[in-house]
Amino acid sequence: MNDTLSFFSGFGPRDFLFLGEAALRTLWISVIAISIGTGMGVIFGWLLFEGKLLATLTLGPVLDVFRSVPLLIQLVLFYNFAPMVGLNLAPFGSGVVILAIYTAALVASVARGGFEAVGVPMRRASRSLGMSYWQDLRHVVMPIGMRAVFPAWVGVALGVMKDSALVSVLGYVELLKASQILITRTQQPLLILALAGAFYFALSYPISRYAARLEERWEQ
Amino acid sequence: MITISGLHKYYGALHVLQGIDLSVEKGEVLSIIGSSGSGKSTLLYCINGLEPIQQGQVTVDGVDVHAKGTDINKLRQNMGMVFQQWNSFPHLTALENVALAPRIVRKKSRAEALDIAAKQLEHVGLADKLNVYPNALSGGQQQRLAIARALAMEPGYMLFDEATSALDPELVGEVLDTMRLLAEEGMTMICVTHEMSFARDVSDRVAYFHQGVMEEIGPPAQIFGDATSAHTRKFLANVR
Repeated sequence: MNDTLSFFSGFGPRDFLFLGEAALRTLWISVIAISIGTGMGVIFGWLLFEGKLLATLTLGPVLDVFRSVPLLIQLVLFYNFAPMVGLNLAPFGSGVVILAIYTAALVASVARGGFEAVGVPMRRASRSLGMSYWQDLRHVVMPIGMRAVFPAWVGVALGVMKDSALVSVLGYVELLKASQILITRTQQPLLILALAGAFYFALSYPISRYAARLEERWEQ
Repeated sequence: MITISGLHKYYGALHVLQGIDLSVEKGEVLSIIGSSGSGKSTLLYCINGLEPIQQGQVTVDGVDVHAKGTDINKLRQNMGMVFQQWNSFPHLTALENVALAPRIVRKKSRAEALDIAAKQLEHVGLADKLNVYPNALSGGQQQRLAIARALAMEPGYMLFDEATSALDPELVGEVLDTMRLLAEEGMTMICVTHEMSFARDVSDRVAYFHQGVMEEIGPPAQIFGDATSAHTRKFLANVR
């Protein structure tokens, strides 16, 4: 019965490469989604901070929905219902869209906190020098406020990177999906999941180390 | 010249300034004294356009500060302001703190802005702190940094809002010395202050504010020696 052996074969070097590629895909989808989401989130955060009542009544609840509904449900709903309105996105595209909006919803409240961290006296000082609203925002409020909430943003970014595993349900072959494929073939779940975990760690750790270094530099 | 006429300012129902008439000539040093809540700091904010007014007029060199068409950002470049809290930009070195506004507001080149900044820091006695971040500076040094930052815009007027009130007592002197230096150089200054010796020795005129009203204004000798208002006399007796 040697035939069955070729059906279930053990974990090999090529599988390791396969996992590595998948890790790159996880990194890729995360980088794109987090970048877009952060940009949107900062704008939303500014609207919440500055627009006060109007933004709180309109934007606030929408962001609350994206923050509260489990990402898995958002992904499945979007992937299946977007084509109905003529939006035919591949799993990658759908994943980017939902992860970016989800990131934006989380970053919005972080960024708002950053804008609020810069007090009125500081803003009066910069305006008294003749800076316009936008110059003050660009050169004083953003650098000070965004540094204040940087640790919180790193937390969001790392969280989203790990949550990107959920895009596997749409069939996008990132780390988790790749692991599932390998487990099905090799029947070595412990080894493969441990490896996948190690890959996630390898992606996250440098980021949090680098973030800590940045914070240290800003401290002085 | 700064001219204030019939100025009324409310915070909600609170009538903070109740009809102020005042003018400050080029080169003059005016000190404003009075107890907390008398509206003296609010007056500075109204002169600078940081607070809207409800009635009256403030003009700086003939330009109406609160008129709709006024380019307030341009006007403020001519009025340096120093606050009770020094508000150094924590993400920039002392040199960059001072160079920021000349560079982005006055559109100077980076080299030119840094040059101006170095000169102004030297002016206030911080020549050895150019590349230090504000949190490594003492309160007095940060307040002098704030003065240099305002001076870097080459303003015609300087407004001081209790510049020494938040400082530890031993740091007050260095900031007052810097303000004295500016006065000697002929800078037009309005100083809201609790430092009576500064008001007496440095100012050309002293104004006493009481509950939103300018009770009395005159040369230091008159205010400190021969005040006509009972409120003024009582206040001065208490601070001595």
